[in-house]
Amino acid sequence: MSAPPSPAPAQARSRRSLGARAWAVLAVPALVVILSLLLGAVVILGSELIVTGRKFDPWLWFTAYAALVQGAYGSTDAVIQTLVYSTPLVFGGLAVAFGFKAGLFNIGAQGQFLVGALGAVIVGVALADAPAPIAIVAATIAGIVAGGIWGFVPGFLKAVSGAHEVVSTIMLNYVAVQLLAALVSGPLKVPKSPSPVTYDVGNAAFPIVIGATGHIGIILAIVAAGFVWWLLFRTTWGFEIRSVGANPDAARYAGMRPKLLIVATMTFSGALAGLAGTSVLLGVSHSMTSSFGTTVGFDSIAVALLARSNPLGVLPAAVLFGSMRAGAGLMQINAGIPVELVDVLQATILLFLVASPVLRRLLRLRNVEAGITTAAPSPGLGAGTAP
Amino acid sequence: MDLTPIINGLYGIPVVGLVFQLAGYLVSVIPQNGPNIMQQATPLALGAICGVLCERSGVVNIAIEGTMLAAAFTAWVVGVAIQPMFGTPNPSDIFGITLPLLIALAAAVLVAMAISALHAWLSISLRADQIISGTIINIAAAGLTGYLNQLISQNSPAGAGEFARFVPPAALTNLPVIGWVLALLLNQGPISISVIVLVVGTQVWLFRSRWGLRTRAVGEHPRAAETVGIDVIRTRYRNVILGGVFAGLAGAFLSIEATNSFQQNMTAGRGFIALAAMIMGRWTPIGSFGAALLFATFLQIGTLINIAPPSGQLGSIMAGVPPQLFDALPYILTIVILAGVVGRSTPPAADGQPYEREAAT
Repeated sequence: MSAPPSPAPAQARSRRSLGARAWAVLAVPALVVILSLLLGAVVILGSELIVTGRKFDPWLWFTAYAALVQGAYGSTDAVIQTLVYSTPLVFGGLAVAFGFKAGLFNIGAQGQFLVGALGAVIVGVALADAPAPIAIVAATIAGIVAGGIWGFVPGFLKAVSGAHEVVSTIMLNYVAVQLLAALVSGPLKVPKSPSPVTYDVGNAAFPIVIGATGHIGIILAIVAAGFVWWLLFRTTWGFEIRSVGANPDAARYAGMRPKLLIVATMTFSGALAGLAGTSVLLGVSHSMTSSFGTTVGFDSIAVALLARSNPLGVLPAAVLFGSMRAGAGLMQINAGIPVELVDVLQATILLFLVASPVLRRLLRLRNVEAGITTAAPSPGLGAGTAP
Repeated sequence: MDLTPIINGLYGIPVVGLVFQLAGYLVSVIPQNGPNIMQQATPLALGAICGVLCERSGVVNIAIEGTMLAAAFTAWVVGVAIQPMFGTPNPSDIFGITLPLLIALAAAVLVAMAISALHAWLSISLRADQIISGTIINIAAAGLTGYLNQLISQNSPAGAGEFARFVPPAALTNLPVIGWVLALLLNQGPISISVIVLVVGTQVWLFRSRWGLRTRAVGEHPRAAETVGIDVIRTRYRNVILGGVFAGLAGAFLSIEATNSFQQNMTAGRGFIALAAMIMGRWTPIGSFGAALLFATFLQIGTLINIAPPSGQLGSIMAGVPPQLFDALPYILTIVILAGVVGRSTPPAADGQPYEREAAT
């Protein structure tokens, strides 16, 4: 289980069995999820005490979790629906993970998601009657570009003035919400419609390829995960990004240009988050209301952290959170527990993850690879700390 | 002296005249809205002081938003829960203070201190990435308060009660010029009215006291501070937890002073705007307060234009602007300020860097 006393790392890695290596990688995420579910059970029992006028049911937590699982995996349709929920989380998780690799915390996936969806709906509505392949490709590209622009801005500001990307991306999230509301209740609104809503994207909608609701975005998400992995680990650009993330000074001495890489990384990360928005808009909603909003932004951060920024790890992490989101509805119906319980589970998962050094110590695990949560010191928030 | 012809002349200049019209409009509406602007500034200023205390000691606290939100929720929920136990208490004449409200306020501050202690433990002892630790606290606060709020709304609770505003005597507020400044500062509830005292107090404390000197030393050069016998770790813990008190006051202000309710995510980014105010105020309490007033004016501007729309040429242009633009203004301003348009500022040298004691050999 535990690694040998103090071996040369490379040798140790090759000598250890596959099982031991899998344990080293999976032990902490698995333990974190189990602990969170346990804590969630406690929260469910505690919340029975809060709501007045209901009989105390000591097995309510079981009813709730059973409904959660049934809602996510109870039928073929449910499984497909779970995949549909997971799709934007894959794109969003990849966006955040990609930023992490370069030492950037793109917390603006939410805003890039919204702006990406906005780009997709503008072009999708305009091309609603065009031949499907052209409309789909054009709307998707519009979503990617729009998200990319929303990611470029904080990247550019960070490179030029050192404005910390965390605060500027969060602010851009709020700006995105207002931009969306202004456009959907203004120029994009269907005239004479009682509530602010855009036209349907028509032919630009993603084709359904699996079951009744499984759109092509699901396949696109798997391809994207492979592509990002290839980009990070098999190309020069990916190597430079990882170098800048590990040590910007060393990267600069090696002739790389950290500022350019920051801008490129944030733009690419924004484009991925924009693709998440595009996949929801073209694959699921097909039009946009002024309250078009989701939890994808925060979920993406959870996905990326749980996957420890590994593009391939993003897939199972996204499915985990996608299952929770998909099953939460049935949980609310069967157990009377608000769907927001998923947010609580997500929060506890994140808190346990950031405290994972303690878990590692408890499990006597060596720090196989330093996780993002114990990363290099982050610079202050002010201007004037340009890298 | 009648200035009307001159003003009309200035307003008449093409394009540039619009700027004068805008300035004239702001000068005419802002003084009357002083107290409302201060209401917007209160959580920002308190949040910024929290940020100053943390960052001066070298800990980046991006969790102000979540701390505020949790405190706002706690104040409200505690108020709701204990109100029935006291029957219907008679609010006292000053500030409408009741015992339940004071208990709610204390609970909010305690919760905020606990959350700050968590952030301190994660970032000081575990040496986790401080930005990530803070973000996770924000997500956790939003998730937990959202969930509990949903649960409690099922009981359709009555409000928690709220602090009342102090009404300064008209003789004071009618004074020329200084009158509206006095109204801005004094026509407030208890938390808001204490902001000015807290601002000046922390300013003096930070720059004129032994503890303040030690705090700044730890934030600038922890190694040097340690060699002269200052306990870096303990100083940072103290400052971060003390900062929590201010974030707690800011949260309680939102739910039991400014309003009598809790809404999901009611902080709406104020914790982050407070950080921008802190940066613009160059990590000083007084500077942050000034910046908070500026941000507050921008937060209030949408409401101002709704209530008293500008007239003339400016009015017709404003009418064509989607109202969402005004709602987005404070956030855009935050980005602009972060990007250093107002001048570059330097954070404390050891800001955000975990400290590890040198091994005794």
